[in-house]
Amino acid sequence: MSDITELLPCPEPVQLLAADGSAVDPGEQARARGYAMPAPEDLLAVWRGMVVGRRFDAQATALTKQGRLAVYPSSRGQDACQVAPVLALDEQDWLFPTYRDSMALVTHGIDPVEVLTLLRGDWHCGYDPRATRTAPQCTPLATQAVHAAGAAHGLTRRGTDGIALCLIGDGATSEGDFHEGLNFAAVFEAPAVFLVQNNKYAISVPLAKQTKAPALAYKGVGYGVRSEQVDGNDPAAMLAVMREAYAHARSGHGPVLVEAHTYRMEAHTNADDATRYRTADEVDEWTGQDPIVRLQAYLVQQGHLDDHRIQEVRDEADDLAADLRTRMNAEPTVEPLELFDHVYDRPTPQLLEQREMVRSELDSHVTQQEMESAR
Amino acid sequence: MSPTTYAKALNTALRDALTEDPDVLVLGEDVGALGGVFRITDGLTRDFGEDRCVDTPLAEAGIAGFAVGLAMQGFRPVVEMQFDAFGYPAFEQVVSHIAKMRNRTRSALPMPITIRIPYAGGIGGVEHHCDSSEGYYVHTPGLHVVTPATPADAYSLLREAIASDDPVVFMEPKSQYYAKAELELPTRTEPIGQAAVRREGADVTLVTYGPQVAAALKAAEVAAAEEDWDVEVVDLRSLVPFDDATVEASVRKTGRAVVLAEAQGFAGMGAEIAARVQERCFHSLAAPVLRVTGLDIPYPPPKLEHTHLPGIDRILDTIARLQWDDEPDLTHAPQEVSA
Repeated sequence: MSDITELLPCPEPVQLLAADGSAVDPGEQARARGYAMPAPEDLLAVWRGMVVGRRFDAQATALTKQGRLAVYPSSRGQDACQVAPVLALDEQDWLFPTYRDSMALVTHGIDPVEVLTLLRGDWHCGYDPRATRTAPQCTPLATQAVHAAGAAHGLTRRGTDGIALCLIGDGATSEGDFHEGLNFAAVFEAPAVFLVQNNKYAISVPLAKQTKAPALAYKGVGYGVRSEQVDGNDPAAMLAVMREAYAHARSGHGPVLVEAHTYRMEAHTNADDATRYRTADEVDEWTGQDPIVRLQAYLVQQGHLDDHRIQEVRDEADDLAADLRTRMNAEPTVEPLELFDHVYDRPTPQLLEQREMVRSELDSHVTQQEMESAR
Repeated sequence: MSPTTYAKALNTALRDALTEDPDVLVLGEDVGALGGVFRITDGLTRDFGEDRCVDTPLAEAGIAGFAVGLAMQGFRPVVEMQFDAFGYPAFEQVVSHIAKMRNRTRSALPMPITIRIPYAGGIGGVEHHCDSSEGYYVHTPGLHVVTPATPADAYSLLREAIASDDPVVFMEPKSQYYAKAELELPTRTEPIGQAAVRREGADVTLVTYGPQVAAALKAAEVAAAEEDWDVEVVDLRSLVPFDDATVEASVRKTGRAVVLAEAQGFAGMGAEIAARVQERCFHSLAAPVLRVTGLDIPYPPPKLEHTHLPGIDRILDTIARLQWDDEPDLTHAPQEVSA
């Protein structure tokens, strides 16, 4: 049994940067756990990732309004949670994202068009999970927690020091699979890191109706899982805490649960109306906590960032958005017969019959069109 | 040749798979030191180590989901759900992830997972220990569902399931665990997807699977001795993929069909079989396709299970209702019927 003080999170969310961008002392327990201000080049990489990521997020929202995407769950406001943990991963690590983590996938280097395939609707997962070491975005809640535990255990069995990063939301911590994932990872001492982005709402239901826990981070303690809570809008703290979590898991000490306190600035998706369940004042308050503004202020104050570089990265982000716009405006080709290709390794006789039926429907449809155009 | 039980055949299949492929892992509740509540994993932890035959926490969704993660890393997990009804907590993982992962990822992430489920009744089990849960799995695209009825099939189908790159729900009729056959292992029988004619007959086809194959064969013997009906018994072995060809050839030959399944009948596997037979063999049928199934009730307490289970009398009564006064039109029978 672990010493419980080793498992307990810091009493307050770890913070290295105040909302105005000034450096703050994170406190004794945080210092003892090795959370220190990351090097300027690392912070610059996080800042750049957030600027590009937010531009991507805005573009995806715009594409949804234009009807190019069926739906888009924005992660604006959670930019630090989306970017810093992914940039801190090593090459052999695996990522287990949810539907709200598109920005994290883009940060991970996955082609934005492949990231949006699910939401555009031309297939389910648009990227190759093996090549990208990224599981499909999970829409059932918390089921990916046990996948991450199993994958992390598998990475260890394979003799690598790879870890699995599991992204999860506050609402999903009520699901059974969240608990089973933590417990399995702990029992097998699997190198999995569970990052709960507590953005305060599960669609419309506030956290107070989700749990009586003093903080979600405390849910790890009962499983013997080292736990931490961090200011999710502080990119410097996010990077420091995740790095320590990864090092802990990678060195064979078992899983870590991290709760990032953040806020979903947009509605659940474009189809949601957030004014029904939260006030404009509350949203305004969180606008003042913006992670990009915070880190940019710090980097400028410290002389690591100037207007020229800011403009360069903004231009880079605009270029990415323009490219995404162009490519998403092209109508994707879909192949009805592909529906039969990936159900089994080899289709069953029954599927072959149905495939033949669809093929002949398609053929007669084509013939009909040819006859009509010949007239 | 020596008498081998169904349970021993399964144990040997697991043992041989663990020996031949280091990526095979056995996971489940009590599969370690105890050897499983039915002793199917007996001695595996002792001989292969607790690293290969792994006792897990008692959480079925966790077991199934953990197997998904291991499969992503190239392992071939064989997971045990301790009893049919205790597999339900894993349902979301099975249906939404294990079954769909290949499809969601355009075959980039296949799920070579075998889910072993001891199922069905006839063993005096208390509630939640005797469900025929196959209907839930056969209704889910992406899963293969097999159910061996003999010790030879138990061995062969399990080896094939573990070697498959697709997920296989492997349903073991508990009532057959101690059935014996003269058998040398290893052995190989027909592949997954192929049914077997267990008894040849000319008058009526009894289509069945899993725990009811034994009942079908007994009923066929009584029918021959007492009623002069020559019953052909088709053991499906594999519910998905379904062997339409073997069933169809048999029904076209006999002109009459009864579907026998232990599961409750409404909207179940038996209904699917009956529909397929009438869709394909309509003009060969002298009588409607009838079903003998369990009742549409929650599985009864042990002292009442005999009322629920299709028994020989109910099978024979159903065969008797096949409009024997009418002659079937056998002109649609295949020209040559393979022996």
